[in-house]
Amino acid sequence: MAEEEEESELSDKQKVEIAKWFLLNSPPGEIQYVAKDVKLILNDDGLFNEAASEAFPLYNKSHFIVLPMSDRSGDVLVTSFGELEDNAYLDPRTAQVAIVDHVKQVCTGVRPAQDEELATAYIEEFRFSLDAEILKYVEDVYPKGVCSVYCVNGKDTEGPGSDFELAVVISAARHSPQNFCNGSWCSVWNIVFKDEQQTVEVKGKLQVAAHYFEEGNVQLDAKHECKDATLFQAPEDCALALSSIIRHHETELHI
Amino acid sequence: MKEMEAAMGLMRRIPPKHTETALSALLSLMPNHSSDLLSQVDQPLQVLCDVDCGKEFILCEYNRDADSYRSPWSNKYHPPLEDGSVPSSKMRKLESEANEIFAIYRDQYYEGGSSSVYMWEDENEGFVACFLIKKDGSKTGQGRRGYLEEGAWDAIHVIEVGPEEEENTSYRLTSTVMLTLTTNNEASGTFSLSGSIRRQMNMKLSFADGHLCNMGRMIEEMEGKLRNSLDQVYFGKTREMVCTLRPPSEVAQMRMPES
Repeated sequence: MAEEEEESELSDKQKVEIAKWFLLNSPPGEIQYVAKDVKLILNDDGLFNEAASEAFPLYNKSHFIVLPMSDRSGDVLVTSFGELEDNAYLDPRTAQVAIVDHVKQVCTGVRPAQDEELATAYIEEFRFSLDAEILKYVEDVYPKGVCSVYCVNGKDTEGPGSDFELAVVISAARHSPQNFCNGSWCSVWNIVFKDEQQTVEVKGKLQVAAHYFEEGNVQLDAKHECKDATLFQAPEDCALALSSIIRHHETELHI
Repeated sequence: MKEMEAAMGLMRRIPPKHTETALSALLSLMPNHSSDLLSQVDQPLQVLCDVDCGKEFILCEYNRDADSYRSPWSNKYHPPLEDGSVPSSKMRKLESEANEIFAIYRDQYYEGGSSSVYMWEDENEGFVACFLIKKDGSKTGQGRRGYLEEGAWDAIHVIEVGPEEEENTSYRLTSTVMLTLTTNNEASGTFSLSGSIRRQMNMKLSFADGHLCNMGRMIEEMEGKLRNSLDQVYFGKTREMVCTLRPPSEVAQMRMPES
Protein backbone atom coordinates (compact mmCIF):
# COMPACT_ATOMS: atom_id res chain seq x y z
CA MET A 1 0.00 0.00 0.00
CA ALA A 2 1.46 3.32 -1.06
CA GLU A 3 0.17 5.54 1.72
CA GLU A 4 -1.63 4.59 4.91
CA GLU A 5 -4.35 7.14 5.54
CA GLU A 6 -6.25 7.36 8.79
CA GLU A 7 -9.27 5.73 7.19
CA SER A 8 -8.36 4.02 3.93
CA GLU A 9 -11.78 3.94 2.36
CA LEU A 10 -12.32 1.81 -0.68
CA SER A 11 -13.21 3.69 -3.84
CA ASP A 12 -16.54 2.92 -5.54
CA LYS A 13 -14.63 1.26 -8.35
CA GLN A 14 -12.84 -1.03 -5.90
CA LYS A 15 -16.10 -1.97 -4.19
CA VAL A 16 -17.67 -2.87 -7.52
CA GLU A 17 -14.66 -5.01 -8.45
CA ILE A 18 -14.85 -6.88 -5.14
CA ALA A 19 -18.58 -7.45 -5.51
CA LYS A 20 -18.03 -8.75 -9.03
CA TRP A 21 -15.32 -11.09 -7.82
CA PHE A 22 -17.62 -12.70 -5.25
CA LEU A 23 -20.41 -13.07 -7.80
CA LEU A 24 -18.16 -14.58 -10.45
CA ASN A 25 -16.72 -17.10 -8.00
CA SER A 26 -20.09 -18.41 -6.84
CA PRO A 27 -20.43 -22.18 -7.03
CA PRO A 28 -22.93 -23.65 -9.54
CA GLY A 29 -26.51 -22.74 -8.65
CA GLU A 30 -25.53 -20.34 -5.87
CA ILE A 31 -25.07 -16.94 -7.42
CA GLN A 32 -28.41 -15.67 -6.13
CA TYR A 33 -27.47 -16.58 -2.54
CA VAL A 34 -24.07 -14.95 -2.95
CA ALA A 35 -25.74 -11.88 -4.47
CA LYS A 36 -27.97 -11.50 -1.42
CA ASP A 37 -25.01 -11.57 0.97
CA VAL A 38 -22.88 -9.26 -1.16
CA LYS A 39 -25.70 -6.75 -1.50
CA LEU A 40 -26.14 -6.64 2.26
CA ILE A 41 -22.45 -6.15 2.96
CA LEU A 42 -21.96 -3.58 0.21
CA ASN A 43 -24.90 -1.56 1.53
CA ASP A 44 -25.13 0.45 -1.69
CA ASP A 45 -27.71 -0.72 -4.22
CA GLY A 46 -26.34 1.45 -7.01
CA LEU A 47 -22.87 -0.08 -6.76
CA PHE A 48 -24.31 -3.57 -6.32
CA ASN A 49 -26.45 -3.23 -9.44
CA GLU A 50 -23.44 -2.08 -11.41
CA ALA A 51 -21.45 -5.12 -10.26
CA ALA A 52 -24.37 -7.47 -10.90
CA SER A 53 -25.02 -6.18 -14.40
CA GLU A 54 -21.40 -6.94 -15.30
CA ALA A 55 -20.94 -10.19 -13.39
CA PHE A 56 -24.18 -12.06 -14.06
CA PRO A 57 -23.84 -12.31 -17.87
CA LEU A 58 -20.27 -13.61 -17.52
CA TYR A 59 -21.28 -16.12 -14.86
CA ASN A 60 -24.33 -17.31 -16.79
CA LYS A 61 -22.32 -17.90 -19.95
CA SER A 62 -19.40 -19.62 -18.29
CA HIS A 63 -21.75 -21.92 -16.38
CA PHE A 64 -23.88 -22.65 -19.45
CA ILE A 65 -27.04 -22.04 -17.49
CA VAL A 66 -30.26 -23.51 -18.75
CA LEU A 67 -33.39 -21.36 -18.77
CA PRO A 68 -36.94 -22.40 -19.61
CA MET A 69 -38.15 -20.37 -22.56
CA SER A 70 -40.88 -17.91 -21.69
CA ASP A 71 -43.35 -19.57 -24.06
CA ARG A 72 -42.71 -22.95 -22.42
CA SER A 73 -41.55 -24.42 -25.73
CA GLY A 74 -38.41 -25.87 -24.16
CA ASP A 75 -35.10 -24.82 -22.67
CA VAL A 76 -32.42 -22.51 -23.94
CA LEU A 77 -28.73 -22.75 -23.10
CA VAL A 78 -27.01 -19.46 -22.35
CA THR A 79 -23.57 -19.64 -23.97
CA SER A 80 -21.17 -17.32 -25.74
CA PHE A 81 -21.58 -19.51 -28.85
CA GLY A 82 -25.24 -18.68 -29.12
CA GLU A 83 -25.00 -15.03 -28.11
CA LEU A 84 -26.45 -12.71 -30.73
CA GLU A 85 -26.53 -9.53 -28.66
CA ASP A 86 -25.97 -8.89 -24.97
CA ASN A 87 -29.13 -10.56 -23.91
CA ALA A 88 -30.31 -12.53 -26.95
CA TYR A 89 -29.44 -16.21 -27.26
CA LEU A 90 -30.02 -18.48 -30.21
CA ASP A 91 -31.47 -21.95 -29.80
CA PRO A 92 -30.46 -23.57 -33.11
CA ARG A 93 -32.66 -26.63 -32.63
CA THR A 94 -35.87 -24.66 -32.66
CA ALA A 95 -34.50 -21.68 -34.62
CA GLN A 96 -35.68 -19.34 -31.90
CA VAL A 97 -33.99 -16.50 -30.09
CA ALA A 98 -34.52 -16.13 -26.35
CA ILE A 99 -34.33 -12.73 -24.66
CA VAL A 100 -32.74 -13.11 -21.27
CA ASP A 101 -32.63 -11.04 -18.08
CA HIS A 102 -29.23 -12.04 -16.77
CA VAL A 103 -29.54 -10.75 -13.22
CA LYS A 104 -32.91 -12.38 -12.66
CA GLN A 105 -31.78 -15.43 -14.62
CA VAL A 106 -35.01 -15.74 -16.58
CA CYS A 107 -36.04 -15.76 -20.20
CA THR A 108 -38.37 -12.82 -20.72
CA GLY A 109 -39.31 -13.34 -24.34
CA VAL A 110 -38.87 -15.50 -27.43
CA ARG A 111 -38.83 -14.62 -31.13
CA PRO A 112 -38.16 -16.62 -34.28
CA ALA A 113 -34.57 -16.41 -35.55
CA GLN A 114 -33.93 -14.38 -38.66
CA ASP A 115 -32.32 -16.00 -41.69
CA GLU A 116 -29.06 -14.07 -41.18
CA GLU A 117 -28.85 -15.51 -37.68
CA LEU A 118 -29.04 -19.08 -38.90
CA ALA A 119 -26.56 -21.23 -40.81
CA THR A 120 -26.85 -22.09 -44.51
CA ALA A 121 -28.61 -25.26 -45.60
CA TYR A 122 -25.23 -26.93 -46.27
CA ILE A 123 -23.96 -26.25 -42.75
CA GLU A 124 -27.33 -27.01 -41.22
CA GLU A 125 -27.19 -30.57 -42.56
CA PHE A 126 -24.09 -31.25 -40.51
CA ARG A 127 -25.33 -29.30 -37.48
CA PHE A 128 -28.72 -30.96 -37.51
CA SER A 129 -27.39 -34.51 -37.84
CA LEU A 130 -24.88 -33.99 -35.07
CA ASP A 131 -27.52 -32.39 -32.86
CA ALA A 132 -29.79 -35.39 -33.30
CA GLU A 133 -27.06 -37.85 -32.29
CA ILE A 134 -25.92 -35.74 -29.34
CA LEU A 135 -29.50 -35.41 -28.15
CA LYS A 136 -29.83 -39.19 -28.15
CA TYR A 137 -26.56 -39.53 -26.25
CA VAL A 138 -27.46 -36.91 -23.67
CA GLU A 139 -30.91 -38.34 -23.05
CA ASP A 140 -29.32 -41.73 -22.61
CA VAL A 141 -26.55 -40.74 -20.23
CA TYR A 142 -27.51 -37.57 -18.36
CA PRO A 143 -30.64 -37.64 -16.19
CA LYS A 144 -30.99 -33.86 -16.43
CA GLY A 145 -28.74 -32.89 -19.29
CA VAL A 146 -29.34 -30.16 -21.84
CA CYS A 147 -27.38 -29.87 -25.07
CA SER A 148 -27.02 -27.77 -28.15
CA VAL A 149 -24.92 -27.68 -31.30
CA TYR A 150 -23.86 -24.29 -32.72
CA CYS A 151 -22.02 -23.25 -35.83
CA VAL A 152 -19.27 -21.02 -34.54
CA ASN A 153 -17.34 -20.46 -37.75
CA GLY A 154 -18.31 -20.49 -41.38
CA LYS A 155 -22.05 -20.44 -40.94
CA ASP A 156 -22.48 -18.78 -44.33
CA THR A 157 -20.59 -21.51 -46.19
CA GLU A 158 -22.71 -22.47 -49.21
CA GLY A 159 -21.01 -25.77 -50.10
CA PRO A 160 -17.83 -27.84 -49.99
CA GLY A 161 -14.54 -26.03 -50.41
CA SER A 162 -14.25 -24.24 -47.07
CA ASP A 163 -13.58 -25.13 -43.49
CA PHE A 164 -16.22 -24.64 -40.84
CA GLU A 165 -16.52 -25.23 -37.12
CA LEU A 166 -19.29 -26.53 -34.88
CA ALA A 167 -19.47 -26.48 -31.09
CA VAL A 168 -21.31 -29.02 -28.97
CA VAL A 169 -22.31 -27.88 -25.48
CA ILE A 170 -23.60 -30.25 -22.83
CA SER A 171 -24.73 -28.91 -19.49
CA ALA A 172 -26.10 -30.83 -16.52
CA ALA A 173 -26.74 -29.34 -13.12
CA ARG A 174 -28.10 -30.61 -9.84
CA HIS A 175 -29.14 -28.08 -7.26
CA SER A 176 -30.06 -29.45 -3.89
CA PRO A 177 -29.67 -26.54 -1.47
CA GLN A 178 -31.86 -28.22 1.13
CA ASN A 179 -29.24 -30.97 1.26
CA PHE A 180 -26.44 -28.41 1.23
CA CYS A 181 -25.18 -29.83 -2.02
CA ASN A 182 -24.89 -28.47 -5.58
CA GLY A 183 -23.07 -29.68 -8.64
CA SER A 184 -22.60 -29.18 -12.36
CA TRP A 185 -21.14 -30.92 -15.36
CA CYS A 186 -20.24 -28.91 -18.47
CA SER A 187 -18.61 -30.10 -21.62
CA VAL A 188 -17.70 -28.14 -24.70
CA TRP A 189 -16.58 -29.87 -27.86
CA ASN A 190 -15.07 -27.75 -30.62
CA ILE A 191 -15.23 -29.54 -33.94
CA VAL A 192 -13.34 -28.22 -36.94
CA PHE A 193 -14.25 -29.62 -40.35
CA LYS A 194 -11.16 -29.31 -42.53
CA ASP A 195 -12.13 -29.35 -46.16
CA GLU A 196 -8.72 -29.75 -47.79
CA GLN A 197 -7.47 -32.52 -45.50
CA GLN A 198 -10.95 -34.06 -45.41
CA THR A 199 -10.59 -34.57 -41.68
CA VAL A 200 -12.57 -33.44 -38.67
CA GLU A 201 -10.60 -32.37 -35.60
CA VAL A 202 -12.17 -32.58 -32.19
CA LYS A 203 -11.16 -30.81 -29.01
CA GLY A 204 -13.05 -31.38 -25.80
CA LYS A 205 -13.08 -29.53 -22.50
CA LEU A 206 -14.92 -31.07 -19.58
CA GLN A 207 -15.49 -29.48 -16.22
CA VAL A 208 -17.16 -30.96 -13.18
CA ALA A 209 -17.87 -29.04 -10.00
CA ALA A 210 -19.50 -30.04 -6.73
CA HIS A 211 -20.09 -28.12 -3.51
CA TYR A 212 -21.04 -29.59 -0.17
CA PHE A 213 -21.61 -27.17 2.68
CA GLU A 214 -23.44 -28.77 5.58
CA GLU A 215 -20.56 -28.94 8.03
CA GLY A 216 -18.19 -26.60 6.30
CA ASN A 217 -17.24 -25.89 2.71
CA VAL A 218 -15.93 -28.68 0.50
CA GLN A 219 -15.57 -28.20 -3.25
CA LEU A 220 -14.55 -30.43 -6.09
CA ASP A 221 -13.17 -28.95 -9.28
CA ALA A 222 -12.15 -31.42 -11.96
CA LYS A 223 -11.09 -30.47 -15.50
CA HIS A 224 -10.13 -32.57 -18.44
CA GLU A 225 -9.08 -31.75 -21.99
CA CYS A 226 -8.79 -34.13 -24.86
CA LYS A 227 -8.31 -34.31 -28.60
CA ASP A 228 -9.42 -36.67 -31.26
CA ALA A 229 -10.12 -36.78 -35.00
CA THR A 230 -12.21 -38.52 -37.58
CA LEU A 231 -12.79 -38.49 -41.35
CA PHE A 232 -14.81 -35.83 -43.12
CA GLN A 233 -17.78 -37.80 -44.37
CA ALA A 234 -21.44 -37.24 -45.10
CA PRO A 235 -23.34 -35.41 -42.34
CA GLU A 236 -24.95 -38.49 -40.77
CA ASP A 237 -21.76 -40.53 -40.78
CA CYS A 238 -19.85 -37.65 -39.21
CA ALA A 239 -22.54 -37.30 -36.58
CA LEU A 240 -22.33 -40.97 -35.62
CA ALA A 241 -18.52 -40.93 -35.45
CA LEU A 242 -18.42 -37.70 -33.47
CA SER A 243 -21.02 -38.67 -30.90
CA SER A 244 -19.17 -41.93 -30.39
CA ILE A 245 -15.92 -40.03 -29.80
CA ILE A 246 -17.63 -37.71 -27.34
CA ARG A 247 -19.28 -40.56 -25.46
CA HIS A 248 -15.96 -42.41 -25.20
CA HIS A 249 -13.99 -39.47 -23.81
CA GLU A 250 -16.70 -38.36 -21.40
CA THR A 251 -17.01 -41.83 -19.96
CA GLU A 252 -13.24 -41.88 -19.36
CA LEU A 253 -13.39 -38.83 -17.08
CA HIS A 254 -15.44 -40.59 -14.48
CA ILE A 255 -14.19 -40.22 -10.97
CA MET B 1 -24.96 -8.70 13.23
CA LYS B 2 -26.33 -9.33 9.79
CA GLU B 3 -23.10 -8.34 8.07
CA MET B 4 -21.14 -11.07 9.90
CA GLU B 5 -23.81 -13.64 8.99
CA ALA B 6 -23.58 -12.58 5.36
CA ALA B 7 -19.78 -12.65 5.50
CA MET B 8 -19.70 -16.15 6.98
CA GLY B 9 -22.26 -17.20 4.36
CA LEU B 10 -19.92 -16.01 1.64
CA MET B 11 -16.98 -17.85 3.17
CA ARG B 12 -18.98 -21.09 2.95
CA ARG B 13 -19.55 -20.61 -0.75
CA ILE B 14 -16.33 -19.19 -2.13
CA PRO B 15 -14.00 -21.89 -3.50
CA PRO B 16 -11.69 -22.87 -0.63
CA LYS B 17 -8.60 -22.15 -2.73
CA HIS B 18 -9.65 -18.47 -2.68
CA THR B 19 -10.08 -18.26 1.10
CA GLU B 20 -7.27 -15.77 1.60
CA THR B 21 -8.44 -13.48 -1.20
CA ALA B 22 -12.01 -13.62 0.06
CA LEU B 23 -11.00 -12.80 3.63
CA SER B 24 -8.89 -9.92 2.40
CA ALA B 25 -11.82 -8.58 0.39
CA LEU B 26 -14.17 -8.84 3.37
CA LEU B 27 -11.69 -7.11 5.65
CA SER B 28 -11.55 -4.17 3.26
CA LEU B 29 -15.34 -4.01 2.88
CA MET B 30 -16.05 -4.41 6.59
CA PRO B 31 -13.14 -2.86 8.47
CA ASN B 32 -15.19 -2.50 11.66
CA HIS B 33 -15.58 -6.25 11.85
CA SER B 34 -11.94 -7.11 11.34
CA SER B 35 -11.34 -8.80 14.70
CA ASP B 36 -14.49 -10.91 14.32
CA LEU B 37 -13.52 -11.89 10.80
CA LEU B 38 -9.95 -12.77 11.71
CA SER B 39 -11.01 -14.96 14.60
CA GLN B 40 -13.92 -16.69 12.88
CA VAL B 41 -12.61 -17.33 9.39
CA ASP B 42 -10.18 -20.22 9.17
CA GLN B 43 -7.27 -19.69 6.88
CA PRO B 44 -4.68 -22.19 5.69
CA LEU B 45 -1.95 -22.39 8.29
CA GLN B 46 1.45 -20.86 7.75
CA VAL B 47 4.69 -21.62 9.52
CA LEU B 48 7.78 -19.75 10.57
CA CYS B 49 11.07 -21.11 11.73
CA ASP B 50 12.11 -20.38 15.29
CA VAL B 51 15.70 -19.24 14.80
CA ASP B 52 16.68 -20.12 18.36
CA CYS B 53 15.99 -23.81 18.11
CA GLY B 54 15.55 -24.44 14.41
CA LYS B 55 12.02 -25.80 14.85
CA GLU B 56 8.98 -24.70 12.88
CA PHE B 57 5.98 -23.18 14.60
CA ILE B 58 2.50 -22.45 13.28
CA LEU B 59 1.04 -18.96 12.96
CA CYS B 60 -2.47 -18.05 14.03
CA GLU B 61 -4.44 -15.30 15.73
CA TYR B 62 -3.74 -16.81 19.13
CA ASN B 63 0.03 -16.29 19.02
CA ARG B 64 -0.02 -13.00 17.18
CA ASP B 65 0.68 -9.60 18.66
CA ALA B 66 0.79 -6.69 16.20
CA ASP B 67 2.69 -8.16 13.24
CA SER B 68 4.80 -10.61 15.22
CA TYR B 69 4.22 -14.22 16.17
CA ARG B 70 5.25 -16.00 19.37
CA SER B 71 7.08 -19.30 19.12
CA PRO B 72 5.80 -21.97 21.51
CA TRP B 73 9.32 -23.42 21.72
CA SER B 74 11.27 -20.36 22.84
CA ASN B 75 8.34 -18.17 23.91
CA LYS B 76 9.87 -15.35 21.83
CA TYR B 77 8.28 -13.18 19.16
CA HIS B 78 9.34 -13.31 15.53
CA PRO B 79 10.16 -10.62 14.45
CA PRO B 80 11.18 -9.49 17.97
CA LEU B 81 8.56 -7.45 19.79
CA GLU B 82 9.04 -5.41 22.92
CA ASP B 83 6.38 -6.20 25.52
CA GLY B 84 4.69 -8.76 23.32
CA SER B 85 2.00 -10.49 25.38
CA VAL B 86 3.04 -13.85 26.84
CA PRO B 87 1.13 -16.34 28.99
CA SER B 88 1.61 -16.38 32.78
CA SER B 89 4.40 -18.64 34.01
CA LYS B 90 1.89 -21.23 35.24
CA MET B 91 0.24 -21.21 31.81
CA ARG B 92 3.60 -21.28 30.04
CA LYS B 93 4.63 -24.42 31.94
CA LEU B 94 1.48 -26.24 30.84
CA GLU B 95 1.87 -24.87 27.33
CA SER B 96 5.46 -26.15 27.02
CA GLU B 97 4.49 -29.59 28.18
CA ALA B 98 1.54 -29.62 25.79
CA ASN B 99 3.82 -28.77 22.88
CA GLU B 100 6.19 -31.63 23.70
CA ILE B 101 3.38 -34.17 24.04
CA PHE B 102 1.47 -32.94 21.02
CA ALA B 103 4.62 -33.21 18.89
CA ILE B 104 4.79 -36.89 19.76
CA TYR B 105 1.11 -37.38 18.91
CA ARG B 106 1.62 -35.57 15.64
CA ASP B 107 4.60 -37.67 14.71
CA GLN B 108 2.77 -40.91 15.47
CA TYR B 109 -0.33 -40.06 13.45
CA TYR B 110 1.12 -37.89 10.73
CA GLU B 111 4.73 -39.05 10.42
CA GLY B 112 6.00 -35.56 9.91
CA GLY B 113 4.44 -32.13 9.66
CA SER B 114 4.48 -29.33 12.24
CA SER B 115 2.50 -28.75 15.41
CA SER B 116 2.06 -25.97 17.93
CA VAL B 117 0.02 -25.38 21.08
CA TYR B 118 -0.86 -21.96 22.49
CA MET B 119 -2.57 -21.32 25.81
CA TRP B 120 -3.87 -18.29 27.61
CA GLU B 121 -6.03 -17.56 30.61
CA ASP B 122 -9.53 -16.26 30.01
CA GLU B 123 -11.79 -14.08 32.14
CA ASN B 124 -13.76 -16.98 33.59
CA GLU B 125 -10.93 -18.46 35.66
CA GLY B 126 -10.48 -21.13 33.09
CA PHE B 127 -8.19 -21.06 30.11
CA VAL B 128 -8.14 -21.64 26.37
CA ALA B 129 -5.78 -23.93 24.50
CA CYS B 130 -5.27 -24.01 20.77
CA PHE B 131 -3.68 -27.08 19.18
CA LEU B 132 -2.55 -26.77 15.56
CA ILE B 133 -1.21 -29.26 13.05
CA LYS B 134 0.07 -28.68 9.56
CA LYS B 135 0.98 -31.51 7.24
CA ASP B 136 2.07 -31.21 3.65
CA GLY B 137 1.67 -34.53 1.88
CA SER B 138 2.49 -33.42 -1.61
CA LYS B 139 5.31 -34.97 -3.56
CA THR B 140 5.64 -37.79 -1.05
CA GLY B 141 2.02 -38.88 -1.05
CA GLN B 142 0.67 -41.29 -3.60
CA GLY B 143 -3.00 -40.75 -4.29
CA ARG B 144 -5.30 -43.09 -6.16
CA ARG B 145 -4.88 -41.01 -9.25
CA GLY B 146 -1.13 -40.97 -9.00
CA TYR B 147 1.26 -38.27 -7.98
CA LEU B 148 -0.24 -35.86 -5.49
CA GLU B 149 0.68 -32.41 -6.73
CA GLU B 150 -0.78 -30.69 -3.72
CA GLY B 151 -1.89 -32.32 -0.50
CA ALA B 152 -2.29 -30.36 2.68
CA TRP B 153 -3.96 -31.09 6.01
CA ASP B 154 -4.38 -28.22 8.45
CA ALA B 155 -6.07 -28.87 11.78
CA ILE B 156 -7.09 -26.30 14.37
CA HIS B 157 -8.45 -27.46 17.71
CA VAL B 158 -9.55 -24.81 20.20
CA ILE B 159 -10.45 -26.05 23.66
CA GLU B 160 -12.16 -23.82 26.20
CA VAL B 161 -11.43 -25.24 29.62
CA GLY B 162 -13.82 -24.25 32.41
CA PRO B 163 -12.73 -23.45 35.96
CA GLU B 164 -11.97 -26.53 38.06
CA GLU B 165 -15.17 -27.48 39.82
CA GLU B 166 -15.55 -30.10 42.54
CA GLU B 167 -14.96 -33.23 40.56
CA ASN B 168 -15.23 -32.37 36.92
CA THR B 169 -13.98 -29.73 34.57
CA SER B 170 -15.86 -28.80 31.45
CA TYR B 171 -14.10 -28.80 28.12
CA ARG B 172 -15.52 -27.39 24.91
CA LEU B 173 -13.66 -28.36 21.76
CA THR B 174 -14.17 -26.68 18.38
CA SER B 175 -12.20 -28.36 15.63
CA THR B 176 -11.63 -27.37 12.04
CA VAL B 177 -9.80 -29.42 9.47
CA MET B 178 -8.83 -27.89 6.15
CA LEU B 179 -7.83 -30.29 3.44
CA THR B 180 -6.55 -29.73 -0.07
CA LEU B 181 -5.89 -32.46 -2.60
CA THR B 182 -4.81 -31.75 -6.14
CA THR B 183 -3.65 -34.21 -8.74
CA ASN B 184 -2.57 -33.20 -12.16
CA ASN B 185 -1.57 -35.61 -14.86
CA GLU B 186 -1.74 -36.01 -18.59
CA ALA B 187 -4.28 -38.77 -18.64
CA SER B 188 -6.91 -37.54 -16.24
CA GLY B 189 -6.40 -33.77 -16.18
CA THR B 190 -6.69 -31.71 -13.02
CA PHE B 191 -8.61 -32.94 -10.04
CA SER B 192 -8.88 -30.63 -7.10
CA LEU B 193 -10.78 -31.33 -3.92
CA SER B 194 -10.47 -28.82 -1.13
CA GLY B 195 -12.32 -27.34 1.76
CA SER B 196 -12.89 -27.43 5.47
CA ILE B 197 -15.13 -29.08 7.99
CA ARG B 198 -15.86 -27.90 11.49
CA ARG B 199 -17.27 -29.77 14.50
CA GLN B 200 -17.81 -29.24 18.18
CA MET B 201 -17.61 -31.52 21.19
CA ASN B 202 -18.41 -30.83 24.84
CA MET B 203 -17.24 -33.00 27.69
CA LYS B 204 -17.12 -32.95 31.49
CA LEU B 205 -14.13 -34.88 32.68
CA SER B 206 -12.47 -35.60 35.98
CA PHE B 207 -9.43 -33.49 36.68
CA ALA B 208 -7.70 -36.55 38.19
CA ASP B 209 -5.92 -37.41 34.95
CA GLY B 210 -4.85 -33.86 34.33
CA HIS B 211 -5.75 -31.36 31.67
CA LEU B 212 -3.33 -32.53 29.04
CA CYS B 213 -4.53 -36.09 29.21
CA ASN B 214 -8.17 -35.02 28.93
CA MET B 215 -7.53 -32.61 26.08
CA GLY B 216 -5.37 -35.14 24.28
CA ARG B 217 -8.11 -37.75 24.45
CA MET B 218 -10.72 -35.35 23.12
CA ILE B 219 -8.55 -34.28 20.22
CA GLU B 220 -7.66 -37.83 19.31
CA GLU B 221 -11.32 -38.83 19.27
CA MET B 222 -12.31 -35.76 17.32
CA GLU B 223 -9.61 -36.18 14.70
CA GLY B 224 -10.70 -39.76 14.17
CA LYS B 225 -14.30 -38.66 13.64
CA LEU B 226 -13.27 -35.82 11.37
CA ARG B 227 -11.11 -38.07 9.29
CA ASN B 228 -14.06 -40.39 8.71
CA SER B 229 -16.34 -37.48 8.04
CA LEU B 230 -13.91 -36.08 5.54
CA ASP B 231 -13.73 -39.39 3.78
CA GLN B 232 -17.49 -39.51 3.52
CA VAL B 233 -17.88 -35.90 2.55
CA TYR B 234 -14.88 -35.33 0.35
CA PHE B 235 -14.98 -38.55 -1.52
CA GLY B 236 -18.43 -39.86 -0.82
CA LYS B 237 -20.63 -36.81 -1.27
CA THR B 238 -18.77 -35.33 -4.19
CA ARG B 239 -18.62 -38.65 -5.97
CA GLU B 240 -22.33 -39.09 -5.30
CA MET B 241 -22.98 -35.72 -6.89
CA VAL B 242 -20.96 -36.56 -9.99
CA CYS B 243 -22.71 -39.90 -10.34
CA THR B 244 -26.06 -38.15 -10.06
CA LEU B 245 -25.12 -35.74 -12.84
CA ARG B 246 -23.85 -38.51 -15.07
CA PRO B 247 -24.34 -42.08 -13.80
CA PRO B 248 -21.32 -44.25 -14.58
CA SER B 249 -21.81 -46.72 -17.38
CA GLU B 250 -20.94 -49.71 -15.20
CA VAL B 251 -24.12 -50.31 -13.29
CA ALA B 252 -22.08 -52.48 -10.93
CA GLN B 253 -22.09 -51.76 -7.20
CA MET B 254 -20.87 -48.35 -6.16
CA ARG B 255 -17.97 -48.89 -3.84
CA MET B 256 -16.67 -46.11 -1.63
CA PRO B 257 -13.28 -45.18 -3.06
CA GLU B 258 -10.29 -46.02 -0.93
CA SER B 259 -8.54 -42.79 -0.11
